[in-house]
Amino acid sequence: MTDQRSQAEIVRKSLKRRYRKERRFRLYGMLAIFIALASLVTLFADIISKGHTGFVKTTITLDVNLDSELMYLEDPTDADQRSMADFVAPIVAALQEQLPEVDGAGEKRELGRLLGTYAASEISDVLINNPELLDTTQTIEFLAHDRVSVYVKHAGNPRYSIKLSEQQQRWVDELLEKGVIDTSFNDVLFSRGDSREPANAGVLGAIVGSLLTMLVTLAISFPVGIAAAVYLEEFAPENKLTDFIEVNINNLAAVPSIIFGLLGLAVFIGLFGMPRSVPVVGGLVLALMTLPTIIISSRAAIKSVPPSIREAAEGVGASKMQVVLHHVIPLAMPGMLTGSIIGMAQALGETAPLLLIGMVAFIVDVPGGFFDSATVLPVQIYLWASSSEQGFVELASAAIMVLLTFMISMNALAIWLRKRLERRW
Amino acid sequence: MNTMNPSISAKADRRDQGAEIPVPQDKPEDTVIEEGKTVGKPFVNDPKFKLRNVNVSYGSDRAIKNISIDIGKHEVISFIGPSGCGKSTFLRCLNRMNDSIQICRVEGQLMLDDEDIYHSKRDVVELRARVGMVFQKPNPFPKSIYDNVAYGPRIHGLANRKSDLDEIVENSLRKAGLWEEAKDRLDAIATGMSGGQQQRLCIARAIAVSPEVILMDEPCSALDPIATARIEELIADMSKSYTIVIVTHSMQQAARVSDRTAYFHLGHLVEVNETNKIFTSPQHELTESYITGRFG
Repeated sequence: MTDQRSQAEIVRKSLKRRYRKERRFRLYGMLAIFIALASLVTLFADIISKGHTGFVKTTITLDVNLDSELMYLEDPTDADQRSMADFVAPIVAALQEQLPEVDGAGEKRELGRLLGTYAASEISDVLINNPELLDTTQTIEFLAHDRVSVYVKHAGNPRYSIKLSEQQQRWVDELLEKGVIDTSFNDVLFSRGDSREPANAGVLGAIVGSLLTMLVTLAISFPVGIAAAVYLEEFAPENKLTDFIEVNINNLAAVPSIIFGLLGLAVFIGLFGMPRSVPVVGGLVLALMTLPTIIISSRAAIKSVPPSIREAAEGVGASKMQVVLHHVIPLAMPGMLTGSIIGMAQALGETAPLLLIGMVAFIVDVPGGFFDSATVLPVQIYLWASSSEQGFVELASAAIMVLLTFMISMNALAIWLRKRLERRW
Repeated sequence: MNTMNPSISAKADRRDQGAEIPVPQDKPEDTVIEEGKTVGKPFVNDPKFKLRNVNVSYGSDRAIKNISIDIGKHEVISFIGPSGCGKSTFLRCLNRMNDSIQICRVEGQLMLDDEDIYHSKRDVVELRARVGMVFQKPNPFPKSIYDNVAYGPRIHGLANRKSDLDEIVENSLRKAGLWEEAKDRLDAIATGMSGGQQQRLCIARAIAVSPEVILMDEPCSALDPIATARIEELIADMSKSYTIVIVTHSMQQAARVSDRTAYFHLGHLVEVNETNKIFTSPQHELTESYITGRFG
């Protein structure tokens, strides 16, 4: 009896210790999650606080008199005349109207520097498209120079240095008050390719480049990956060769992505003579990189199809092929799709292998096809982040947000597909 | 006491010791079984299956040791025996379901209507269309009830028109006693039915390809007594048109549904006889101790 009681006492004491241990263990877990969440929130807060101004553009809206004499231009359709014409003069004249105190050639030049580099070509574009507008007054919206943009958006922010003279700052303040200089949603970001001028640079080229590259990657890695997984899981004989292939696929999943870039450089560009910087080569390289992920996740999905379903199909006389096509693949599809989308999301964020095959070039035009020079979102971010102009810093953060949006949507799609296609048995 | 003398068989041993000896001391494993020797009535005239000297091994493990038995036409035969005795393995040889297991090797003469089941030129698909199977756990496809039953006829091309297929589905569901419950929800997903209904659906699916033989691997072990009773009724009905081989853990079930019963022990076929004889007067001491519940 006493024995039992003392034993109960021991158990009670040990219980306390066990509960303490359990609480501690739970605390560690919560701490880990807290740290992870906190770093994630910090990261997002930092990116958004730096990048949200990237979605804002600074514009100068002016009533410009397209005076033919001022521009030395008689026929806007004549390219020779256009190359000699002075398109800046009417803009400066229009600015001067808003700021009557500006006088002298020096001050005028200073005033002209408020305009973005491409203001002149905006006028020339208007006249090329509508030659009849010569010698009329038109309301035209110009992009302000990056210096103006930084001043308007970040005056007083110690991270940015203002590069306008005090006189220019006074002018900008006055124009802001008059509503000539204004800020609005940066549609340029989503409608243009890269540019030397931050105010003029957009991610559309990179988005299209990424999409083309991903299309190539998907078109190659999805069917090949699933075919490989189905063969290895369902048809391959169990022998040394199969084991060897399995081990190598698992190893490939762990190979640093830059090695795939080297492979692409040596094989696709060196051996096959494909052009550099094009989405086809990028897509091929990323497909090689994604294949192991897709094969491994597809095999796991095939393995998780209950053997009872296979037996059921075999039991009514389905051939091996019919079992696989009618039952195994449909049931494994959610898992295969999830794995593929996650692999694709990885590929979408991949930079290193693409640097090696030349997709890091400065490309202004939005690519029109698989064989056009292109860059991709992460490389664009890399390029902008390493750029010295202040305007590119916020653009890089804005591009990161665009990339993150794509990735989150892809992962959400994966979750949705899994929920949608998942069947119970 | 005779326990000191190894030359005396376990059966004699037990009789000598009488009823006072507790069950755990009774070790039927010690009983020497002569390989390939089956007592009772293993052979019949004009059999559906003629199985002679069948050996099955998984790698170096012998799962079936030299078994010879006949299975008659339109007969219900049940295989009983303790877990791991090889009855399921043996059942799966009859439509080559063991083929997918690479290390499994089947030897001996296995004839279905005088044709070799394991002949190298034998088409497994054709064999399985003739020898259908119902499994331990109900395993309907995660498709509609209609598609489940129609799957077999579709892949074998048994119906050319939709109306033919409809007829096959209805007939099969009727034979499986599921038509009344399922006719209004043929498009419903099959996995939403109760366990008993699912198992009857699996039977309907097996019937739909008009097999000659239906193999059942513990078809009721996952079902409640009421569902079990319905399946057993079904087996009785089906025995008129099919040869049925059923593996079961329930001796009551074997007694209720089967014409003959075969008792397996550690890969040996110990005894085969008419069901009432097996359960009333078993000839082999192992059979006796199993059916009286001494082990198993």
